[in-house]
Amino acid sequence: MTSQQLIISGVGGQGILFITRLLAETAIAKELPVLTSETHGMAQRGGIVISHLKVGTFSSPLVRPGQADGLIALKPGNMKLHHPFLKPDGWITANAVEPSPLAGVVTIDADTLALQLGNPQAVNLIVLGRALSMGRFFCTKDEVAKVLRRKLNGKPAVLEGALAALAAGTGAA
Amino acid sequence: MPEQQPILMQGNEAMARGLVENGCVVAASYPGTPASEILSAVDTWRKAEGANMHVEWAVNEKVAFEIAYAASQSGLRAATAMKQVGLNVASDPLMSAAYLGTVGGFVVISADDPGPHSSQTEQDSRLVAMQAKIPVLDPSSPAEAREMAGLAFQLSEEFGVPVMLRPTTRVCHASQDILLRPVQDLQRAADFRKDPKRWAATPKFRYELHVKLNQTLSRIAAYGPTAPRCLNRDPGTRRAVVASGVSAAHAREVASASGLWDSFAFYQVLQPYPLHIAFVEELRSAYDEVLVLEETVGVIEMQLRDYRRVQGKLSGFVPEAGELLPETIERLLPRFAGRPLPELPEAAPAAGKRPTLCPGCPHRASFYAIKKAAPTGIYPSDIGCYTLGVNLGGVDTVLCMGAAIGQAAGFYQAYRVTGQPRDIVATIGDSTFFHAGIPPLIDAVVQGARFVLVILDNSTTAMTGNQPTPSLGTPAGQAVDIASIVAGCGVKFCRSADPLNLPAFTALLKEAQAFSRDLGVAVVIAKSPCLVDKSVRHAKRPQAVVDAACTGCRYCTSQFECPALVYDEVSGKVLVDVMICSGCGVCLDVCPVKAIRQEGGKP
Repeated sequence: MTSQQLIISGVGGQGILFITRLLAETAIAKELPVLTSETHGMAQRGGIVISHLKVGTFSSPLVRPGQADGLIALKPGNMKLHHPFLKPDGWITANAVEPSPLAGVVTIDADTLALQLGNPQAVNLIVLGRALSMGRFFCTKDEVAKVLRRKLNGKPAVLEGALAALAAGTGAA
Repeated sequence: MPEQQPILMQGNEAMARGLVENGCVVAASYPGTPASEILSAVDTWRKAEGANMHVEWAVNEKVAFEIAYAASQSGLRAATAMKQVGLNVASDPLMSAAYLGTVGGFVVISADDPGPHSSQTEQDSRLVAMQAKIPVLDPSSPAEAREMAGLAFQLSEEFGVPVMLRPTTRVCHASQDILLRPVQDLQRAADFRKDPKRWAATPKFRYELHVKLNQTLSRIAAYGPTAPRCLNRDPGTRRAVVASGVSAAHAREVASASGLWDSFAFYQVLQPYPLHIAFVEELRSAYDEVLVLEETVGVIEMQLRDYRRVQGKLSGFVPEAGELLPETIERLLPRFAGRPLPELPEAAPAAGKRPTLCPGCPHRASFYAIKKAAPTGIYPSDIGCYTLGVNLGGVDTVLCMGAAIGQAAGFYQAYRVTGQPRDIVATIGDSTFFHAGIPPLIDAVVQGARFVLVILDNSTTAMTGNQPTPSLGTPAGQAVDIASIVAGCGVKFCRSADPLNLPAFTALLKEAQAFSRDLGVAVVIAKSPCLVDKSVRHAKRPQAVVDAACTGCRYCTSQFECPALVYDEVSGKVLVDVMICSGCGVCLDVCPVKAIRQEGGKP
């Protein structure tokens, strides 16, 4: 799986840019070319934030409707909103309390898990962990954890919290 | 030496890298999305490489331009960076610098925002380059933006003109794997050569400089390194696609994915103005039909002149507003190639959740207090996070940086001359006040205007990523005091308070209002730190809780609109979203039945 197009969406303040960057750096660590497109500025103030991540040989930073392999939704409402980006057989991992009756959708109640971890800011990594555990990614959880260790080098408490969140997402399968 | 791994670089970081790698010595900027990260990245690379540079957040774009331009006049390589509307502010020195020219390479980065994602306009900086008569380069990716930063210095020094580098949001805020190159130290010392006939030219000489600039431009239109390039081998058709900027990246990918790569010759234009003359001739002789893909205006298209054979924005084939998205190009290319349009999925509808002030943002409290103090007032406002006060009904007008004060004065004079005076409460942020708020305040005082001005002072430029403002006093350690400026402008009422203390702040506003009705401009400085500013320590405060007394009247959600207060359809009461409540406690004063409390201890 050396070519992949992903959509990561939620609202401002959920750390979407952080996990996009984390995945992009994981791609680089695997010597894969990568392109991302992010939302900044006013749109980020509590509004919808969407980032596009393309791993492989692409030239446009944007994913076209109908072309995404997967969608990671940090808010349940974004599943429907950004569904048109998916390929017909594309998958969704979403932060939601209720399981979804739709095929290809895996949900996880990341808000509750994050509060249990005492780390409300960890929703992004919990949902990412859940998505990684499905084995349909260009990278593995361990590869992501390795990049996290490098990125958060020198901040042991933050790193520990981040790894715990990633693991919580994986373990909740 | 071990083989280097590429680094993930945002377009803005990549441009900054290009500037530093190519010996830039002075860089100045004023923040604005999508350009904000350029200068901070220049500073990061400067530190990482130990480069000897002056890097500054200037008070506005005009000042940033003038500082960098003087370095170029002294023979050094220099750059200034801003967003497209910031270029309007810097347009005065830009137009003149184009005539006077440069010595050391001078790059003006103006980042456009087609869409627009975070801007007042979708204006095309390439048109400003055309008006100023300076060359402009249009990168299609972060990697190319880095290349073009170096190319721009080269072009600038070869011809002695300022060069514009014009990325768009999808280049600035795209990220890509990029390999670092060594930083060049050009070993130049500042050496300003006095030449008043040039540097202080009077109108007669300006005419001569204009003639000379026109000659320079025609030579630039033949400059090899910036010539358009053909991306595919001539497929032997009489059709050509000409694209620039990120449209070229989209078109390239769409064309290969939809099997249209060999249906036309595909050219990428690197320098949309001045368009290379030989290229225009080649298009005219070798092709019957040409499709131009560019953002936002048909700048290349209008230089092709032969409209009968050219499809683009001016011909109506390509939309003239909004981003030129890949899904749009996916529909345009088959049409141009005379192929049937394949069945394509519909694009996602526009996002549903509108941006809003952060939970706990002190601006929300200020707007609430303003509405309480002057319920029938006119509320001119300005550019910044607080523009989002429009959701709260606390913002009636937004024009451009600094306009809140000019417009407040204008409203006062309009009502004074033709009707009954009205309460006017203008709002402006601290960074915006420094940027363009001082001259209109002087004007208001000297013309006897009467209104309340609330300076929303969170001591940062919050919207664009918390760049420092002069009131912070960094990096020189000398802060500029807003209250002293206000007093110096002749304002007789200037008081400061924290809007999070809602009752006291509302009372102060009423006092200011009473003063302004009789005596002139009254200024209230609403001083409270930005919640997302990581450089400020934030007190850990207990979160709010809603008790059983809540009647579900929804006054708080409609009038105060804090995202952490959510109406629960099931219980018919309001709940606090503990994931985002900051514990500011302002809602305790907002609730009409006092059903919101703050409990001690950690949330």
